[in-house]
Amino acid sequence: MEDFFTYSVILGIFVATVKIATPLLIAATGELVAESSGILNLSLEGTMTIGAFTGFLVANETGSLWLGLLGAAAGGAALGLLMAVMTATVKVNQVVAGLALNILGLGGAFFWYRSVYDEGGAVALPTVDRFETVAVPLLSEIPALGEVFFDQHWLTYFAVVMVPLTFVFLYRTKYGLELRSIGHNPEACDMRGVGIISRQYTAVIYGGVMAGLGGAFLSLSEAGQFFPDIIAGRGWIALAIVIFGNWRASWILVGSLLFGFLEATQLSLQAQDVNLPYQLLLALPFILTIAALVFNRSRSRVPLALTIPYHRGER
Amino acid sequence: MDTTPVTAPGNDILVAEEVTKVFPGVIANDAVNLNVRRGEIHCLLGENGAGKTTLADILYGVYRPDDGRVLLNGEPLDLHSPRDAIEAGIGMVHQHFELVPPMSVIENVVIGTGAKQWLDLSEARRRLEEFFADYDVEIDPDAEVGRLSVGEQQWVEIFKTLYFGVEILILDEPTAVLTPQGVDELFRILRQMRDEGLTIILITHKLREVIALSDRVTVLRRGEVVGTVNTADVEQRDLARMMVGRDVLMQADKAQHDTGEVVLKIDDIHLASDTGRGSLKGLSLDVRGGEILGIAGVSGNGQNALFDAVVGVRHPEQGTIRIADADTTHAPPHKVALQGVASVPGDRIAQGLMMDFSVKENLILGNQRARRFARAGVLNRAEIDRFADESIEHFEIKTPSASQTTSTLSGGNLQKIIMARELSGEPRLIIVHQPTRGLDIAASEYVRRRLIEERDRGVAVLLMSEDLDEIFQLSDRIAVIYDGRIDYVAEPEATSLEEIGLYMAGVVEAAGAAP
Ligand SMILES: Nc1ncnc2c1ncn2[C@@H]1O[C@H](COP(=O)(O)OP(=O)(O)OP(=O)(O)O)[C@@H](O)[C@H]1O
Ligand SMILES: [Mg+2]
Repeated sequence: MEDFFTYSVILGIFVATVKIATPLLIAATGELVAESSGILNLSLEGTMTIGAFTGFLVANETGSLWLGLLGAAAGGAALGLLMAVMTATVKVNQVVAGLALNILGLGGAFFWYRSVYDEGGAVALPTVDRFETVAVPLLSEIPALGEVFFDQHWLTYFAVVMVPLTFVFLYRTKYGLELRSIGHNPEACDMRGVGIISRQYTAVIYGGVMAGLGGAFLSLSEAGQFFPDIIAGRGWIALAIVIFGNWRASWILVGSLLFGFLEATQLSLQAQDVNLPYQLLLALPFILTIAALVFNRSRSRVPLALTIPYHRGER
Repeated sequence: MDTTPVTAPGNDILVAEEVTKVFPGVIANDAVNLNVRRGEIHCLLGENGAGKTTLADILYGVYRPDDGRVLLNGEPLDLHSPRDAIEAGIGMVHQHFELVPPMSVIENVVIGTGAKQWLDLSEARRRLEEFFADYDVEIDPDAEVGRLSVGEQQWVEIFKTLYFGVEILILDEPTAVLTPQGVDELFRILRQMRDEGLTIILITHKLREVIALSDRVTVLRRGEVVGTVNTADVEQRDLARMMVGRDVLMQADKAQHDTGEVVLKIDDIHLASDTGRGSLKGLSLDVRGGEILGIAGVSGNGQNALFDAVVGVRHPEQGTIRIADADTTHAPPHKVALQGVASVPGDRIAQGLMMDFSVKENLILGNQRARRFARAGVLNRAEIDRFADESIEHFEIKTPSASQTTSTLSGGNLQKIIMARELSGEPRLIIVHQPTRGLDIAASEYVRRRLIEERDRGVAVLLMSEDLDEIFQLSDRIAVIYDGRIDYVAEPEATSLEEIGLYMAGVVEAAGAAP
């Protein structure tokens, strides 16, 4: 037990925390924008899987990780577009559409992967050279902090920068104000001539792109390969983080780090054979989300029209 | 220079020609002609369902007419959406507020305006402050809209429409949520705006308002225009006849009679609501058998909480509720009903009916466990059918059959289903919230007559309504609810509309006024 609390183990946990938090944060900030427009995209898990795959596919084919990221963004955008068509235009029940697309994403990625790489029989899994971490000059020299925060992947820096940018977009631009207004009361916006459908498309496709990039972090920065359950529930955790963060970018950052920390601790405990019920740590994100929901009940920032389709002039 | 006086005939600004709009099953507008002159206040008068909102929504681009056309300054106007109307200089404030409650006043105002993407609220703030100063309105531009009173929300609605710089302002029943003084205030400002050159179309079904405010009035009945007249040439009675199609009794008959024992006694109840608005803060009242206690008040002052507390949907944190001899403070709804309590909720669609069920199912809703309708948990269909047919006949419910899906019925008939169901148990207390909201004159008369009949039978009636005429007409005593308390109770003869209005606005603190 004492061994567990050594400096290097703890430092390792913090470094892993930031890594694990990255795809959660990217997907959750994207989902925040989508949900702000009133559309709950439950297909994050499937969209991240597609992103992880299309990213890997393009990187593997072209040999360029950066083109891989573009591929991941395109894969995520495609699923986001489908979601937008179903919910903003056809106005299918959002939960049903999200769950259906989730299955499509998971199954589609698997199917596509098999049809490209599986030539029958057991072959070695194809791999790509992963993204290297990028040390920030000077800052990365700071003891401990430098290693945890300033020697990470490009996508990690991107994820962190997107937190204030998302805030500025939602709260300091007119487009953001109108997007949030649509999420609360689409009719009021329609009656003021604000185009609802175009904004919802933008928001949901953007959310898809971010989920795709989150997935690509796992295949291109972490694993260097693709396997069907590569996302392993992270899409659902990202959805929980949006709720945990009470639809605020800053708290979504906190939530991602917290959930990343729990996961890192859990992995470290298992790796060192410490006899603690790690299942509890696995369940904690969801328990914390429920606790946050209860705690925030009276000051909830949930978009009031979330999941409710809007039809002009219907009663 | 144009020298024509602004209200001269021929100076039409907005015209609807033979406009027709059909919804499944109803012709909401049937070849409607309307001409609105520049700089006038033009009322659209008609009963519930006459097609006023539909016509306004066509002028505002919400609906496209199935037939006919709209002209602005003599030019055909092809509107595809409210955006087009706004660009043509037409603005509209809807009957149901179109606000974003969690956002501030300013944010609500700037939605849909301006081209700049960087959010700049300073311009809006300046104009908002100027506007409020011009018209003597006091509202904090940074206040969250959902926390404003309904009267203040009305101002936000009006200003955010004017912010577009429109020339024509359409207001759909703007007075429904105001106190009598609030209405006077609004009308004063609307006249001022007209004199400054704004053209105003005001929709209402209140005759008094038409006479008080308008220059001309167009009357609609069942989707058709009955006529357009100069307000100065007519009286209320004439307008009523045009609106209803026959002479109307403006008064319900109510005989004097003695009251009995106290049936409902509420003592100092407190009930906090989630949002903080509409909480009860130490409310007391009692209702006797054979009397109608009318509760006047602007919505949002605790009416919903009071209703819920009496019927047992929510329970007060403090204080007691007694019905006859039983303490029902913490009783669940079905136990309260067993005490002989009938209730007609304010929102009949959300709380009173299952819209996808048949009429007969709704007629027994809540009584499905009664001996009469079920044996050992199995519904007795024959008995239910008999009861349904009886009720339909008795309460004059207009429906093709008892098996008809409820959602296809009109508002008045929906209300009759609830009344039939609730009165079938021979209650000793009836609590009704907004019993005639959305009903036409005939249906309203019917509902009011039933309530008086029940009172004459010795039933205690607790009536909550925002329609002051209704309160004055029906009540044996009138109480005013303000900010979760009742501090003023008077007999109708001993008070006046103005006095009630002052208490409703909370302007007067009760100084021993309660008898
Ligand atoms: N979107 C809609 N779908 C179906 N029917 C509708 C719709 N809007 C209005 N109607 C019907 O058209 C008729 C006219 O309705 P409208 O709302 O224009 O009346 P109104 O005069 O504004 O009444 P109120 O005083 O109750 O507001 C009614 O019978 C109504 O039920
Ligand atoms: Mg209307």
